[in-house]
Amino acid sequence: MEYEAIIGLEVHVQANTATKMFCACPNNFGSEPNTNVCPICLGYPGVLPTPNREAINKTVLAGLMLNCEIPEFSKFDRKAYWYPDMPKNYQITQYDLPFCIDGKVLVEGKALTGELEPKYIGITRIHLEEDVGKSTHAGTYTGVDYNRAGVPLMEIVSEPDMRTADEAWAYLTALRQTMQYAGVGNCDMEKGQMRCDVNISVRPVGQKEFNTKTEIKNLNSIKSVHASIDYEIERQIEMLENNEEFKQQTRGWNEASQETYVMREKEDAHDYRYFPEPDLMPVVLTADKVAEIKEKMPETPAAKRARFVEELGLPAYDAQVLCLEKATADWYETAVATGADPKKVSNWIMTELLRELSDAGLSINECPITPENLGELLGLIDKKVINGRIAKEVFAEMFKTGDAPGKIVKDKGLEQVTDTSAISEFVIQAIDNNEKAVGEYLAGKETALNFLVGQVMRFSRGKANPNLAQEALKEELAKRG
Amino acid sequence: MAKLSAKPVAGSIAGAAVQLATGDITAVALVEGIYSRYEEVDDEVKGYLQINKEKALVAAAESDARRAAGNTLSAYDGVPIAIKDNISVDGETCGCASKLLEGYTATYDATVVQKLKAQGFIPMGRTNMDEFAMGSSTENSAYQQTRNPANTDHVPGGSSGGSAAVVAAGEAIAALGSDTGGSIRQPAGFCGVVGLKPTYGRVSRFGLVAFASSLDQIGPVTHTVEDAAILLDMIAGKDQLDSTSIPDVECNLAASLKGADVKGMKVGLPKEFFEIDVLNDEVKAKVEAVRDQLEAAGAELVEVSLPNLEYAVSVYYVIATAEASSNLSRFDGIRYGARVEKTKDVKDIYYLTREAGFGDEVKRRIILGTYVLSSGYYDAYYLRAQKARTLIRQDFEAAFEQCDVILGPIAPAPAFKLGEISDPLQMYLSDIYTISVNLAGNCAISVPAGETESGLPVGVQFIGDSLQEEKILKAAQFVEQQQAQQGD
Ligand SMILES: [Zn+2]
Repeated sequence: MEYEAIIGLEVHVQANTATKMFCACPNNFGSEPNTNVCPICLGYPGVLPTPNREAINKTVLAGLMLNCEIPEFSKFDRKAYWYPDMPKNYQITQYDLPFCIDGKVLVEGKALTGELEPKYIGITRIHLEEDVGKSTHAGTYTGVDYNRAGVPLMEIVSEPDMRTADEAWAYLTALRQTMQYAGVGNCDMEKGQMRCDVNISVRPVGQKEFNTKTEIKNLNSIKSVHASIDYEIERQIEMLENNEEFKQQTRGWNEASQETYVMREKEDAHDYRYFPEPDLMPVVLTADKVAEIKEKMPETPAAKRARFVEELGLPAYDAQVLCLEKATADWYETAVATGADPKKVSNWIMTELLRELSDAGLSINECPITPENLGELLGLIDKKVINGRIAKEVFAEMFKTGDAPGKIVKDKGLEQVTDTSAISEFVIQAIDNNEKAVGEYLAGKETALNFLVGQVMRFSRGKANPNLAQEALKEELAKRG
Repeated sequence: MAKLSAKPVAGSIAGAAVQLATGDITAVALVEGIYSRYEEVDDEVKGYLQINKEKALVAAAESDARRAAGNTLSAYDGVPIAIKDNISVDGETCGCASKLLEGYTATYDATVVQKLKAQGFIPMGRTNMDEFAMGSSTENSAYQQTRNPANTDHVPGGSSGGSAAVVAAGEAIAALGSDTGGSIRQPAGFCGVVGLKPTYGRVSRFGLVAFASSLDQIGPVTHTVEDAAILLDMIAGKDQLDSTSIPDVECNLAASLKGADVKGMKVGLPKEFFEIDVLNDEVKAKVEAVRDQLEAAGAELVEVSLPNLEYAVSVYYVIATAEASSNLSRFDGIRYGARVEKTKDVKDIYYLTREAGFGDEVKRRIILGTYVLSSGYYDAYYLRAQKARTLIRQDFEAAFEQCDVILGPIAPAPAFKLGEISDPLQMYLSDIYTISVNLAGNCAISVPAGETESGLPVGVQFIGDSLQEEKILKAAQFVEQQQAQQGD
């Protein structure tokens, strides 16, 4: 029998605001425990929440980037949940009237293990809530750090539209990309700035209704989301084949063994007792307000990819790689703006720049080479000041020193030799030292010429203009033929 | 039985301001005067949970120094004021008369306290209350039983019973209370002082330990109507820290009272108010006497109707308990307050701490509130109650199309005896006249209107439309003047 998986994701993204959701404490990762706290985010007696406008605007922006509708009327609700890292023992969240609804995001191109046909994944809703603190257990004691308590947290709920681990991987990648493009979240999963829960069930192909689903939690990288889905699909298929009974479960992911395990069964499901937050007024987002946010909306990753393909003539794969991070795409566009050939710039970034950066452990923002300087380098090649081989040398020097290519070429005397008398000296040297190749060429073997051009380049230490060298060689050899 | 009602040193806030200005009294003398009255009567009244004389004296000396240098913060610089134990004052206990918050010291000033301090008022003393403001007699305090200064065999009302009692006994010039379903007005009425519940949102709730967020308001308990206006002028206004506070409106109530009368004022009398069978004859007679005086002074009497009044108590106990069950969930023994030690896990900390820390009435309301919010019951209780609340609000809107203020009793009967009412439901019914005002979000004032034959104070209530405090203060001032004339 053939099976298909039904996958939906609940993704939490911390909004990268200056302050927390309902108080003026800084929204900082990595501070000393319990230093970014105040009576409000500690849930002291008598305090009240004040909503963070920046967080609301960023949520709306995220929604617009993900093609969501922004309802005019939203509100906050309380969700009862008892845990020491939840200061008030209720979380301020949004229950039935979230800020964003009915969105979608395009997944396409190369995924972790395969190639995806373009497909839209539906987004049910995005709501805004407050994050909780962090508990650390040590022996019989538990310490709680409330620095994270009250950090604005967007919850993005997808439709159950994904069918494979690759689609889920691509969806998460697209979400992270979109958040970064919008500048609303840093989405570093290791820092907990982006967290993902997977809902997954498996059914025989052709069956209409969904089977009982499993929720997978504790996934701390996009890779483990992928791996856990593959594991879970196999596990559930095996259960179906063996006619085992399904209970609704929450499962964890064991990174070491690459397996899911039971955390709890749904029987002890919580009653969250949602009700409208009486301390906050409903939020009205007028069409004007939404338009104001929309005006500042950056291009979406999908739109940028499409533009790179259509306007700059890049292959889809190049566009996907360059647009993965907005900073890379911006870097690319700045380099192209110098007048350099878009495909050539792309080649340099994809083959040289990204490799150098990854070897050096640097992000594109820390790149020692400016995009303008790469443009200049390509200009030097075009104007035949240097040839391709020298260019690579110059590039390596640029990466090392951050100097402009023109300066490096000049300082090191790397300009191409275009002076024909100088070139003919190297030509004579090449001919005199390679009797065998000369003989072969004269005997009609054209490819021997390439070897001789290489020899000219060698004697010129790479500086000879290869075209001029070839012409001079032909001329000289003709005399000898 | 003892009668301990008295005017405080300087008589009132306004009186203190005059005497401070003329140099007849100093802030230090005011604090000393209040403290000596406290020493005299509070063993019997038990209105204060705590009073810090030394701290108040330091503030008073600073105030006197400012006045000597000509740098007073306001005309009221140096006036001490008592604060209910659920309003946060930096560095002072804020225990809501609960064992659960034993040992908790507030780390910040409530917005109202900040505003009063900015005007030179001196917070002095924490007044007793029903635990977490849940109750109508202050019998639910975990610490002590406050007595009614007019007759110490009787309750002072609640939940702001301590605030009303210390003002009535002359051991405070004025006090702040909080009113969720009548908690300022009913004790003020029982004790024979003035109590004002402002329009919902007119005064910031930041720093008021929440009982029912959509109903709570901080307000003044005072000796005079003018003082109530003065205090409201001081504490009202939009607060960035309270999203439910309403945008700034002009608040010059004290000034607007000068020379005001009730001529032409339309006074509404809801027929349902007088059909309630538990309404005591003496209370009814006082309201009717006030009605007749108003008419004689040129006010126009209008019969109005509040057809949904009969649902008010039920609606209130669904909404208030629902919000309370959530608001009180933060009291878990983890971050502050009392905690039961030797627990085996975190659930144990919650259960044992709350079991030991909360009194019966608080537990009763948390259980009720948790129930009405539970899945499967939410629509039947909470949602329906919200719809009924809208109807009650609409009743008031319709009534205020016909009248300026509504006159009525504060409670069906005068202050009952300590321990007299043990049935919670009967206790809840004593709030029938005050509760609907909180549900509608309107303002209302309780003003003394004489005494029963046995000498218990009886107050009447004026209810105003949203932000119409000026009208109810004028009506109340009229009653105050009539009482003064009768007393002469
Ligand atoms: Zn904070």
